[in-house]
Amino acid sequence: MNPTPFDIFVLPFTVGMSLLFAYLILKYASWIWYFDRDDKLRILRGLFSLKSLKAVKEIFLESLVHRKMFLVNRRLGYMHFSLAFGWFLLIVIGAFEAHIYMGGAAPFYFPIFFVYFVPDDESFFFARGFVQLMDASLLLVLSGVVVAIVKRFYKRIVGMKSTTQLRLRDKMVLYSLWLIFPLRLLAESATCGLHGSGGFLTYPVGQLMAATLPLEAIEYPLWWAYSIDLCLFFIGLPFSRYMHIPTEMVLIFFRNWGIKLKPDNPILEEVMVLSCPRCGVCIDRCQLNTAVGNHDTQAVYFLQRIRNHEQHSAQAKNCLMCGRCESVCPVGIDLNAIRLRHRQNFTPETFVPQYNNAEAQKVDVVFFTGCMGHLVPKTKDAMVKILNASGDRYWFMDADGGICCGRPMKLAGQTAAAQKLMAKNRQSIIESGARTLVTSCPICYKVFREDYNLEGIEILHHTEYIKRLIDSGKIKVDKKNLAVAYHDPCELGRGAGIYEPPRDVLGSVATLQTTANERKNSLCCGGSLANLTLPSADKARIAEQAMCSLTANHPDVVATACPLCKKTLARTQMAPVEDVAELVAEAMI
Amino acid sequence: MIMQQKNIAIIGGGPAGIEAAASLAGLGHHVWLIEKESELGGHLRLMYNLFPDKRPADEVLQEMLSHVKNPNIEILTNTQVADCKQIDNRFALKTDKGQTLEADAVLMATGYRLFDAARKEEYGYGIYQGVINSFELEAMLKNNTLKNVKGEVPKRVILLHCIGSRDEKVGNHYCSKVCCVTAVKQAIEIKRRHPETEVFCFYMDIRMFGPFYEELYREAQEKWKVTFVRGKISEAAANLDGEIQIKAEDTLIGKPLHMRTDLLVLMCGMEADTDEPVAKQLGIERGVNRFFRSTDNYTLYNNTNVAGVFTAGACTAPMNIIDTIANARAAAISIHEYLKK
Repeated sequence: MNPTPFDIFVLPFTVGMSLLFAYLILKYASWIWYFDRDDKLRILRGLFSLKSLKAVKEIFLESLVHRKMFLVNRRLGYMHFSLAFGWFLLIVIGAFEAHIYMGGAAPFYFPIFFVYFVPDDESFFFARGFVQLMDASLLLVLSGVVVAIVKRFYKRIVGMKSTTQLRLRDKMVLYSLWLIFPLRLLAESATCGLHGSGGFLTYPVGQLMAATLPLEAIEYPLWWAYSIDLCLFFIGLPFSRYMHIPTEMVLIFFRNWGIKLKPDNPILEEVMVLSCPRCGVCIDRCQLNTAVGNHDTQAVYFLQRIRNHEQHSAQAKNCLMCGRCESVCPVGIDLNAIRLRHRQNFTPETFVPQYNNAEAQKVDVVFFTGCMGHLVPKTKDAMVKILNASGDRYWFMDADGGICCGRPMKLAGQTAAAQKLMAKNRQSIIESGARTLVTSCPICYKVFREDYNLEGIEILHHTEYIKRLIDSGKIKVDKKNLAVAYHDPCELGRGAGIYEPPRDVLGSVATLQTTANERKNSLCCGGSLANLTLPSADKARIAEQAMCSLTANHPDVVATACPLCKKTLARTQMAPVEDVAELVAEAMI
Repeated sequence: MIMQQKNIAIIGGGPAGIEAAASLAGLGHHVWLIEKESELGGHLRLMYNLFPDKRPADEVLQEMLSHVKNPNIEILTNTQVADCKQIDNRFALKTDKGQTLEADAVLMATGYRLFDAARKEEYGYGIYQGVINSFELEAMLKNNTLKNVKGEVPKRVILLHCIGSRDEKVGNHYCSKVCCVTAVKQAIEIKRRHPETEVFCFYMDIRMFGPFYEELYREAQEKWKVTFVRGKISEAAANLDGEIQIKAEDTLIGKPLHMRTDLLVLMCGMEADTDEPVAKQLGIERGVNRFFRSTDNYTLYNNTNVAGVFTAGACTAPMNIIDTIANARAAAISIHEYLKK
């Protein structure tokens, strides 16, 4: 066994690392402490279950390999992968190397500075192999650092139009991170140069340094610099975006144990906010950026403001809630839900809802067109025609208007008013005795499914209902010679996962074209009820952006399945816009 | 000094084109008055009477037309300009009939396009028979065919102001100016013929900007008992009888309103004709409202960014007949001054 090596330059690293660990342990313990009883129980039950193993697997795939990031953007994925996985390998392989050398009793700073203490000892098990593996891991990390540095100055290298704008504090920690691995390379190479040792990377670099530099004089300062830089990074980490590195792992555990974002408990939101790596994937997805030129409301900036306790009410409101960012967020942060939580904090509860007093009729199917449905009478009339032909006994619940599903109020943060409306509607729907509730509006659809608690009643969007009528032969349609491009409404697609029924229905009445932004990647029409602050001209720009994509293959008609999308897209006058129901009603035989 | 006779091409034979042609001919110039329809008159031909004096539109048009019976004016109806090129400071216009006109100046008098009410689907225009636009009501008044969908004299008529005007959602933030007073004029005419018919005007603001408009508005309320409700209708639907049901809010008392009506008349605003090919070819600039932009709104109203190309009438902004006539005369003087140089 070898004597325990020590040099005073390991102290900055040791102090920084210890402080970081102490901070993280206190922070995470306080989170668990402030969870409510139910969540604490979830943690207890989850801790020794398969859920924890699943979390470990997810951490490996997402935090280290960055699988989701690869799927969104391969080059950006490589950058994050090489930094994270390479560093992980350096730690794990380094630990093996050090412990084998020390017979299992290495102090925790020892692997970090191994080359300094053991520059040319090849006597222990797999010594030559370790040298090469460590060099390979270092090279992997360095390749990521190069991409990261180039990305800062030339973001197109990773295929991004926009990258996150950083604060001074983040920049200092960023520079300390960039420096860690080049310093490690230089320090290790200096030592190797002096001893004529090293792997495929450190040996040639060491030889080169030996030939050109006074190695004896600079070797020791380089190791000091390396240790101090590590210390700076560790101390800066909790106060910078790099807090995401440890926190994302905690988030993955919490999520796997079944802990969900709650309106009245801020803990999980804090975990999510700190888990944001500010990779900036959300920035290019946001149409407020690409169509309107807004650069301060995207999820990454919104979370940053929350984290820094800066004013963020404007950013909370200025969001379409289209979900395009959430659907690609590599960390899986509940971006819409967080945004909504912060609206509740800012919107005074002032709205007094009005009720509909229509008496419930005993039927099989309740049809609810919604407030927006009344603004598109062609769609409404088409649905009435289809319902009449279906043979189902139905009640057009809001035929005389004057009723709201409650969701617009919920989105505006008017929770109490929304709940009153929902209770009233729920009672009418249950009194009808219907087994099926059909709605034309994806906004209503989502709230019926998620907040109404209508047990025993199947909730269908009209495209799902029409698909069943066609499949069961209750209505017959003729396939027309008509080219159609379909626009996925945000609330129906990303919001409720209904992608196929409208396409199936369109396929039986027309020829469906494919478009560049479909399904999960569908563009928002800009008419979102969720944004009450965006000027009309900006909404129009977003609608034009969506229509440009939809009309690229010159369809005869743009079809959609949401009254709001229909109105918003039709306003551009770039192509005729019809609801799926209208095309079906026209094709009925 | 006697000026050499110059040639001016006027594109558009509505009130602005007619009036400008008469003025320019009177100043000794030669004019081609180019109209795509078979007759001169533009939208004026479709009108029954004109506010504020209720003078019959035909009478005004005939009087104006009598001024263009002039050997200096060549009227080219059923004609469109297919191609227009600027060569030095002259313009070569090719018509779809194969004529080539060499003009020293061009006057754009292309007028406006009526807002297509079907773009506001919530009002059911083009879906329900009982929903018509203001020009269709004018035609009913002109042809004496004011009827509901069952062919009877309507018991109630609702006129809804600001369709496609001051409506950012359809991209028209500006006021079309004439629709308020047109609604007042039409409401009075309906009541004059059928005193038993109830007439309602739903408005956001009443903008009685011209001389004697306010008097007309008072007359409608005091003499004819037309009801004015401040509040825009949110949606309309037809019942089985073809009656139109509307939902609105009376914003003065803050109460929601549900009403039935035989006819819902949509007072459609004016839009610029952005498809106009000559303007595109010559590169005439438009303002944020998409109408032609004046070089200076105070002193060079009829001038455009292209030297030698002038504008008159409702192609520059929403405008009534009275202002159009005055504006066309001003354009004629501007052209005359330009040609003197």
